[in-house]
Amino acid sequence: MDDVTTMHSSSLAVTDSAASEVFVVELAEYSGPLDLLLTLIRDEQIDIYDIPIARIAEQFLARISSLKLDEAADYLEMAARLVRIKAQMLLPRREGEDVWEDPRAELVRRLLEYQQVREVVDVLERRSEDRRSRFARAYAQAAVQLPVAGPLTISLPELLSAVDRVLRLARKPHVHDVLPRALDVDGAIGIVRALLAIRAHAQWKDILPRKAEPWEVLSLLLALLELAKRGELRLMQPRAFAAFEITRDTTGEAA
Amino acid sequence: MTPLAKLLEAALFASATPVPVDALRLMAAHAEEGESTLEAALEELRIHYDDEGHGVELVEVAGGWQILTRPEYTEAIERAQLAARPQRLSAAALETLAIIAYRQPIGRAEIEEIRGVGAGAILKSLHERGLIDVVGRGEGLGRPLLYGTTPSFLEQFALRHLEELPRADELAIALRAPRHATASAASAPKKDNGEAPPRAD
Repeated sequence: MDDVTTMHSSSLAVTDSAASEVFVVELAEYSGPLDLLLTLIRDEQIDIYDIPIARIAEQFLARISSLKLDEAADYLEMAARLVRIKAQMLLPRREGEDVWEDPRAELVRRLLEYQQVREVVDVLERRSEDRRSRFARAYAQAAVQLPVAGPLTISLPELLSAVDRVLRLARKPHVHDVLPRALDVDGAIGIVRALLAIRAHAQWKDILPRKAEPWEVLSLLLALLELAKRGELRLMQPRAFAAFEITRDTTGEAA
Repeated sequence: MTPLAKLLEAALFASATPVPVDALRLMAAHAEEGESTLEAALEELRIHYDDEGHGVELVEVAGGWQILTRPEYTEAIERAQLAARPQRLSAAALETLAIIAYRQPIGRAEIEEIRGVGAGAILKSLHERGLIDVVGRGEGLGRPLLYGTTPSFLEQFALRHLEELPRADELAIALRAPRHATASAASAPKKDNGEAPPRAD
């Protein structure tokens, strides 16, 4: 018996994606010779137990030639079977023969069996439509599979050489050298006092040297806060993030 | 809801596939919930979804239970590309599947004999889809592979078990009731083929 796929060349509806051909490629009308035969019997409203074999064989041949299915071995096999039954029906029967075996009996049995299959297909189709219209949870298990850790079989020298290799491979991290540098608050106080001795008002940028180091900035800040605490100056900031003004506190001096 | 119903809801929510009844029973046994049985809790959950207007429902399928979305939301879910309906099976594939479902374990030759066409490509495809599996080897020449349906088949066809399919003798053969092809009945081809034949015993 030939494969379904051999019939595609002629009159089958071939859709794209040849990946799973059975599901996308279908016979234009019939799923096989028995299907075609059943369709003929239904169309002609024929009694399946009393098939006029000559007429059906003729129509079967006409249908497969009009469908250009005549290369399909399965259909040809059925056509040949029909013609043979037709010939057997024409053979003269001996007079007085008790049991005459109807040459159509086997065909009828197969047709009935196939008819049952079609009924089950109807049931399956309904069921499948029902299920297709519902979705299950689409939970996908994360496909991470950790390798099963077996006991280590390694000798001490091997382990040490491995460690050595890793250490040599690992680049030494660049570490900054941090020099301890103490803040010079007293020095900064001297600078601020010297400035305020000649100016009543000053701004932060006036006392800050250009390209000041962080320690200088911090020292100056602490010096200002210290002097403000001692009442030698006042710090004022007109608004948030604005430059603050340094004013010599004369009240303290006067007192 | 009773604590057991809530536990079952959580378990069914956590699983992407139907949870077998045995697994649920085991959970129920561990839950120290003496008064309510598994069946009662499942029924409670089912009613909870049905009566209170939920977007999901509790469905018994393939020997287990599963929470599925309701059909009226399928289109919207698909339009939003959150999930896609699986492709329909071809008529040929469904026929093959029907034969396997009823005659399993069954070999390829027998399937081809019933359908009157080759089944190789279809069997391969059904197998790839996980709907059928090789369940053994036949006695005959070359010890042919025998096929049967899988739990996934039940799941994809919304069947609780195989027995839910109509029994072979329940199938209404849409043609005529059989009568024996004896000399008296079929000796001469009849002309009145459209009419009801006499019933021979």
